[in-house]
Amino acid sequence: MKAKFLVPLALFLVLAGFLGYGLQLNPREVPSPLVDKPAPEFRLATLAAPDTALGAADMRGEVWLLNVWASWCVSCREEHPVLMELARDKVVPLVGLNYKDTRPEAIAWLEAHGDPYTTSVVDADGRVGIDYGVYGVPETFLIDRQGVIRYKHIGPVTREAVRDVLLPKIAELARAS
Amino acid sequence: MRASSFRHLLPSAVSALMFTLILAVAAPQAFAADEAAPLVTDPQLEERVMDLSHKLRCLVCQNQSIAESNAPLALDLRNQVREQLAAGKSEEAVVDYLVARYGDFVLYLPPFKGTTLLLWLGPALLLVAGAGWLGWRLRRRAEEVRSAPHLTRDERARARALLDGTSPGTSPSSEEPRS
Repeated sequence: MKAKFLVPLALFLVLAGFLGYGLQLNPREVPSPLVDKPAPEFRLATLAAPDTALGAADMRGEVWLLNVWASWCVSCREEHPVLMELARDKVVPLVGLNYKDTRPEAIAWLEAHGDPYTTSVVDADGRVGIDYGVYGVPETFLIDRQGVIRYKHIGPVTREAVRDVLLPKIAELARAS
Repeated sequence: MRASSFRHLLPSAVSALMFTLILAVAAPQAFAADEAAPLVTDPQLEERVMDLSHKLRCLVCQNQSIAESNAPLALDLRNQVREQLAAGKSEEAVVDYLVARYGDFVLYLPPFKGTTLLLWLGPALLLVAGAGWLGWRLRRRAEEVRSAPHLTRDERARARALLDGTSPGTSPSSEEPRS
């Protein structure tokens, strides 16, 4: 009989549990349906040389990162030092997808801050971005030797994300031939 | 002195007024040729684009559809929808195209599948559970009333007397002095 009075309390605790869990989630992180799917093919002019093009197929056989960036993107500055470290350590090829940017501004941005990219390709109208399900810059895709997207990082790449997620995944993918 | 300067001003004021009048009369004709061109060339297509856009969620401002949002991505996606519908694709094909890239999240109407079972059936389950609980409670209440102790004729009379405020004098408790 006494236990009856505990029912509202129990209901409250269950609700609080759900809400508390919900607070831990990041609503801006939408799981990508592209993970474990082949990376969408593209062929875009490179930023450095407009008459040369690069595509996802050219990276076949390598584990690589595709980083979506833009000179107008504020959070890109935040992740930039982390990308510079990745480039310095020559972990994997880092391809930049310069998203809805202008060529002079993008080049000036790289000159001002440093260029961590093996190559940057120009996606001026954002079509390739849509193919990759990009909805907020920066985003980073980890792609394996077979050209399959293995992981998508949304938002600026942090040192913690590199240490705890990216590097272990890269090592795992490098081992698997 | 003052009057002469006023007289001097008068002709120019009159001509300014005339000029304004002429402009006001002539202006509508002058600007008629520059009427804004219709924004859409195919209103029927545009209606389909907007219908579909209202069902698709913008990923940047997540509580707006891509029809409502002014985010650059929403604009791009609207253009994609328009382009693909214009190319003769069906509504379903366009939705599939977007779901393949952005997931079920872009749909305001989530599909009925394993992971959304609770979402779709939850309200019905709650209704059934609530109705079941209510039925059980009502049945128990009826039972409690039926099995409640019955009053004898004397007890009934005493209760009536207490409620009426009269003193029937049949029981000792009613013999209290009244102030």
